[in-house]
Amino acid sequence: MTLEPPLSLLPRQIAALVWKDLTLELRTREAIIAMVVFAVMAIVMFNFALRLRVDAFRPLAPGIVWVTLVFAGTLGLSRSLSTEQVNQCLDGLLLAPCDRSAIFVGKALSNLAFTLLTALLVLPLSAILLDEGLIQPGVWLTVALGAAGYAGAGTLIATMAASTRAREVFLPILLFPIALPLLVASVIATSGFLDRLPLGEFGSWIGMQVAFIVIFWTAGVLLFEYLVEG
Amino acid sequence: MLIAQGIGKRFGLRPVLRGITLCVERGEFVAVLGPNGAGKTTLLRILATLARPDVGTLLVNSVDAVRYPERARQMIGLVSHQSLIYGDLTAAENLRFYGRLYGLGGDVLEVRVEQVLRQMNLWARRDDRARTFSRGMTQRLTIARALLHDPAVLLLDEPFTGLDQASAAALSALLHESATHGRAVVMTTHEIQRGLEGISRALILRNGRIAHECHDDLSPQTLTRLMHHDA
Repeated sequence: MTLEPPLSLLPRQIAALVWKDLTLELRTREAIIAMVVFAVMAIVMFNFALRLRVDAFRPLAPGIVWVTLVFAGTLGLSRSLSTEQVNQCLDGLLLAPCDRSAIFVGKALSNLAFTLLTALLVLPLSAILLDEGLIQPGVWLTVALGAAGYAGAGTLIATMAASTRAREVFLPILLFPIALPLLVASVIATSGFLDRLPLGEFGSWIGMQVAFIVIFWTAGVLLFEYLVEG
Repeated sequence: MLIAQGIGKRFGLRPVLRGITLCVERGEFVAVLGPNGAGKTTLLRILATLARPDVGTLLVNSVDAVRYPERARQMIGLVSHQSLIYGDLTAAENLRFYGRLYGLGGDVLEVRVEQVLRQMNLWARRDDRARTFSRGMTQRLTIARALLHDPAVLLLDEPFTGLDQASAAALSALLHESATHGRAVVMTTHEIQRGLEGISRALILRNGRIAHECHDDLSPQTLTRLMHHDA
């Protein structure tokens, strides 16, 4: 049987990995249900807890949305690598004649899809409960960029944490300090769109989101092989 | 087909494999025997390119598997302790997924999936989720996954564990057939009583070294004596 050279297969291998993760999630709905339920509960609780002392939610809304997305995203990330540990499926991936970076990119894209799916529900709900200004293209852009950065960093850290016994504890402990600059940039960029400021005043924070994506997706592509092979 | 020379591996300060040299030709079926902890699984993981040796070279069909593992992996099929199967995908979906990772696609993939499922007697259950399969069926699906890309080298780690007599006999016949069709087959096991029917050679691994190599007398009595008693 003739097989193609490995490099030309990369896009199809990544697509196969994403298809597999999405199909498994569609069947089990374990990650997405946990993420969505957590996110909805968090937004509702923030709404009731803060409404007692705050009249206008606009200054708080970006922070509430991002903290919710980051915490909900962590639930999905912790499952992302654990599904590969059942029946040692990770070995099945590592046996395939593909560059290890394909596995990282496939996993990160799946995690991005789950986070965006959660955001698809969180943003309209936040618009109803917190501030209707959250539904606008600029905010969606910052959410997409922030989610991409978080998926890259999260997949990398989840891979590191996967080999430890207390992976559910290690993941947030390692990930949150690393993701802090992304969180700050995402909150400021979202606030900029929400307050309808000129792009020049907060554009550099969008640049920081992009820089975060480049750094962590590149680090994942380069380091994933060493992390999974120990 | 498969040439390992001077393979050594340490975990921390503890040497697990020491200077393993092994050559398996096309059509050969080699059993690596040894008690638990002898280093069989580590050796098989190195041969499968899942772990790197600290020292030594590994050639798979003349490809340097340490320097170019991606190329070597195209020629290797592994049946390990665990199934490497996704329980919530169907049998056919599992094979399609792995087939795509190996570069198969379109009609070629579909034909190959059907071939291996029929060969493993799982065609009727192709659309059932793998989590509903018995241990024997899961093992057959695992073997189907390992044979999907028609590898030149088939590696098996304790493949008879947990199989009933009928499944073990079927697996034994399949391994023999694999070797007669020109594959190089390497199997590790600590069970002397099962699965050694068609082997060409047996290597006894003890404390990370090949302690004995048996060509002629492959009777269970001799192998048991060499494995457990004779230093």
